[in-house]
Amino acid sequence: MQIARALITRLITTLVTLLGAAVIVFVVIRVVPGNPIAMMLPPGATDADIDRLKALYGLDKSILEQFWIWIGNVVQGDFGMSITLRQPVYDLVIGRLPATLELSILALLIAVFLGGAAALTATLYRGTKIEGGIDVAGGVALSLPDFLWGLALILVLGVLWPLFHISGRVSPSLGFEFGSNFYLFEALARLQFNVVGDLIAHMLMPALALAIPLAAIILQLLKQSLKECMHDDYITLARTKGYSESSIILRDALPNAILPTLTLIGVQFTFLIGGTVIIERLFSYEGLGNMAIDAVINRDLPLIQGIVLVFALLFTLVNLVVDMTYAALNPRLRHA
Amino acid sequence: MLDARGQIRRLPGVRLWLSGGWLALLVLAAIFAPLISPHDPLAQDLFAGRLPPVWEQGSDPAFLLGTDSLGRDVLSRMLYGARLALIVALVAGTLTCLIGATLGLIAGFFRGWADLIISRLIDIWMAFPPVLFAILLIAVIGTGLTSVIVAIVVIDWTRFARVVRAEAMSQGAMDYVASAQVAGRGRLGTAMTEILPNVLPTIVALLTLEMGIAIIVEAILSFVNLSISTDQPTWGGMIAEGRASIYQAWWVLVFPLFTLFLTVLSFSQFGEGLKEHFDPVLR
Repeated sequence: MQIARALITRLITTLVTLLGAAVIVFVVIRVVPGNPIAMMLPPGATDADIDRLKALYGLDKSILEQFWIWIGNVVQGDFGMSITLRQPVYDLVIGRLPATLELSILALLIAVFLGGAAALTATLYRGTKIEGGIDVAGGVALSLPDFLWGLALILVLGVLWPLFHISGRVSPSLGFEFGSNFYLFEALARLQFNVVGDLIAHMLMPALALAIPLAAIILQLLKQSLKECMHDDYITLARTKGYSESSIILRDALPNAILPTLTLIGVQFTFLIGGTVIIERLFSYEGLGNMAIDAVINRDLPLIQGIVLVFALLFTLVNLVVDMTYAALNPRLRHA
Repeated sequence: MLDARGQIRRLPGVRLWLSGGWLALLVLAAIFAPLISPHDPLAQDLFAGRLPPVWEQGSDPAFLLGTDSLGRDVLSRMLYGARLALIVALVAGTLTCLIGATLGLIAGFFRGWADLIISRLIDIWMAFPPVLFAILLIAVIGTGLTSVIVAIVVIDWTRFARVVRAEAMSQGAMDYVASAQVAGRGRLGTAMTEILPNVLPTIVALLTLEMGIAIIVEAILSFVNLSISTDQPTWGGMIAEGRASIYQAWWVLVFPLFTLFLTVLSFSQFGEGLKEHFDPVLR
């Protein structure tokens, strides 16, 4: 029963967080200088025109009333119309979200692979120069943010050895008709491997830039947990049975050491998604973050509101799922 | 094992010296930028546009690291850019630290409703992508040095608040804090004389880390053209220009990027080194 109560408390805090995020978005948007109504009307508009438009957008009501109307619409999936693109914000956001999700998930997979492989290698060769080298590389990887890694990758893999594309999501020359906005998943499902290759050639550098700092964090924590495990009795037992060191690390140590890393990956995944905003910009990748920066520069208030809220929803959902998975996986919490 | 230990113990020293040395060099470059810059960082010379650095063909020895598309000297712009980068790092880093650490200390040690509010605020803040938050703030309050600093403080105070709160909570549960209370020390006195000194190494490491982050945020804002102003040379602005002309003039991107790399790396390594140096447990 305790777990049910914890679950309800967690759901309530999630809702409070989301409501708080909505309030902040609303307040920040209201104090943007410049009158959106004035921008929408032709120069010769009369006061009556202004009042009519204000009434149409509900701007003649009190701030509190405006907020409740806005929240009510948002809950129903009505985010308003984009001022610059003249389309419903909901459609625009849903259209771009898959690109950002695919990039984030690819980056997460790369980070887990790189970080995990580095941690296992360092554990296998602990006490040698290889471990020292991995530690130094991890320290450097951790110290520099995704933005700088992205620029460095552009220089090395985009210009010096032009292996990958430095901008865009897919080559238009491919002439491939996508039925959804999940390009990568769709190409994989339809077994169009030349399309998959082209997509990867576009996504690899931004994904790598996002993945490098996270890989370093995974490396450090997993290596630490593995190190602690290696002194346990069951490892000694496996050794006396004559198993090789690498199979001991993979079969016996890893399953026991992985839980803290899994939790950390969950928390860090939201940071990674947050990083897509500038990384998409850097690589001209047509995702949500790139659209958000355009929206801010063009002062497209409804669009900014919609995108920021979708990010907030995504982040709180990821955190919620992580907490629940942790509760489900951790025997101490499960049987409490 | 002894060998490995010896190495570990020597490492912080080297780390401190290397990173501290680079930062000191940078401070000197920033202070003396007007004296050592070979050119006016804003002077345009369209006939000397996109000159490569001196060791390349077709260069002009007057422009050591080459010129950008408007014929402005890359080296001079980098030196002047160091001034803004360091101002942002010091001012924004310190303010973020003061505000974030204070809130974290209040939440972690005094608990109660203050903790409730501060924790909820942290949760809400964590629901926004920081870069988008910063860009949105700049769009609202306008560009300029003060705006950039305000944006950094507003988006990043949670980094200090989160860590200090957790540390203060674990320190607060320890026996020495209870003894101080029994000895009749007030709550505020305990927080200042018992908790704060024990959290300080962590705060110092975070502070230097934050200085590096502040420089990055400024660079990112410059990159999307929302930073200080267009007629002030900034590393981020140079990087944005370099990114746009990467196939014609790689040096416009490479030199500021390399400087930024070293600086951010130095700030974080300097902090780690200091922490190890001052942490009684690690020492």
